[in-house]
Amino acid sequence: MTDSIAKNASDFAGNAAYVVVALLVIMALYSILTQKNLIKICIGIAVLGSSVNFFLVLLGYRQRGGIPVYYLRGAGDAMVLPTPQCLTLTAIVIALATTALMLSLVILINKHYGTMNIDEIRRLRG
Amino acid sequence: MKPLSVIVTSVCDIFAWFMIVFGVYVINNGHNTPGGGFQGGAIVATFLSFMLVAYGGKRFWAWLREGVYGFLEFLGLVAFFIFGCLGFPNSFFYNSIAVPQGGEALSEWLPLCGTISLMNVAVGFEVVGALSLVIIYMYGSIRMVDTGAGMGGERGHDRFDR
Amino acid sequence: MKKTIFIAAVILLGGLLCDMFEEMHPLGVPLNTAMDDYILAHALSDRSAQNVVTAMVFDFRGFDTLGEAAVLFTALSSIAALFRDGGKRE
Repeated sequence: MTDSIAKNASDFAGNAAYVVVALLVIMALYSILTQKNLIKICIGIAVLGSSVNFFLVLLGYRQRGGIPVYYLRGAGDAMVLPTPQCLTLTAIVIALATTALMLSLVILINKHYGTMNIDEIRRLRG
Repeated sequence: MKPLSVIVTSVCDIFAWFMIVFGVYVINNGHNTPGGGFQGGAIVATFLSFMLVAYGGKRFWAWLREGVYGFLEFLGLVAFFIFGCLGFPNSFFYNSIAVPQGGEALSEWLPLCGTISLMNVAVGFEVVGALSLVIIYMYGSIRMVDTGAGMGGERGHDRFDR
Repeated sequence: MKKTIFIAAVILLGGLLCDMFEEMHPLGVPLNTAMDDYILAHALSDRSAQNVVTAMVFDFRGFDTLGEAAVLFTALSSIAALFRDGGKRE
């Protein structure tokens, strides 16, 4: 019993970085679901994407691993996994493109309706 | 967008070009150090927003040549595809002109590594063109909102048209 | 009222996320590393690149990067289409 509790506690301490990801996801979801301003919703979506990227890089971490560059990796022999970093690079560029497109659509919505509030936009429809 | 003070423009005169030099460094050493085409291209694209913030809209439009960035985008995409096609007897994107370094990990700077360096340069061109054009188009849209009626978008639907 | 429901849903989802992350494999011990070990062992000897991530982006997974460039170009052209008449230059 005490062993399992201690094991759980150590697991939780070791996995505290994942909890940071969970907190980021919660903050992004709060911003997306409850805010009325379109710019704040865009910020929430960007934070959500960044937290997912953070989670992916975190999954590829290896104990005492250096960066995946051969002659800069430091003393140890191990290197962290390169695949999540590569695909996170892809995801960052795609997130940048979608954020630019999203903000352009917000500019057009503001020009069309004259407001950023999603409730007023819904009321003005048609 | 109004131009900022003389302090900002002086700093822009001195440091904006070092942005380009640093971005080209990051692009060209992508196979040796952390970095590469995307990161260096983003750094180089910072130059245009720096000029826009420091010198304001009027000097920006007078100084800008939009065709350069469209040509960079085109050149980067086509060059990337051609470098991918270089390895075709084996497979698409095969690094056919690399010199294998067999065996033990070297502890030194490598001058070239086949198509990886060439693709870094091509993707750097592409990202520079794309991000600079995004900045240009979005700033142009701010002018479109400022000047009011009769400007583009969905004709007959915008409230400025009525 | 609606805001209260949203906040309750967010708290519930966050609790589920924290619970899930507690059960994951410990940080620093990735599970399936065969492909990454292969790439780490062969990036320098086969492709002669010091930076494994760059070797992966442009060589091992070059097709992904082609799609990524296509996504960037698509976003750029859609922004250009949205603002096609804007910005009359003087």
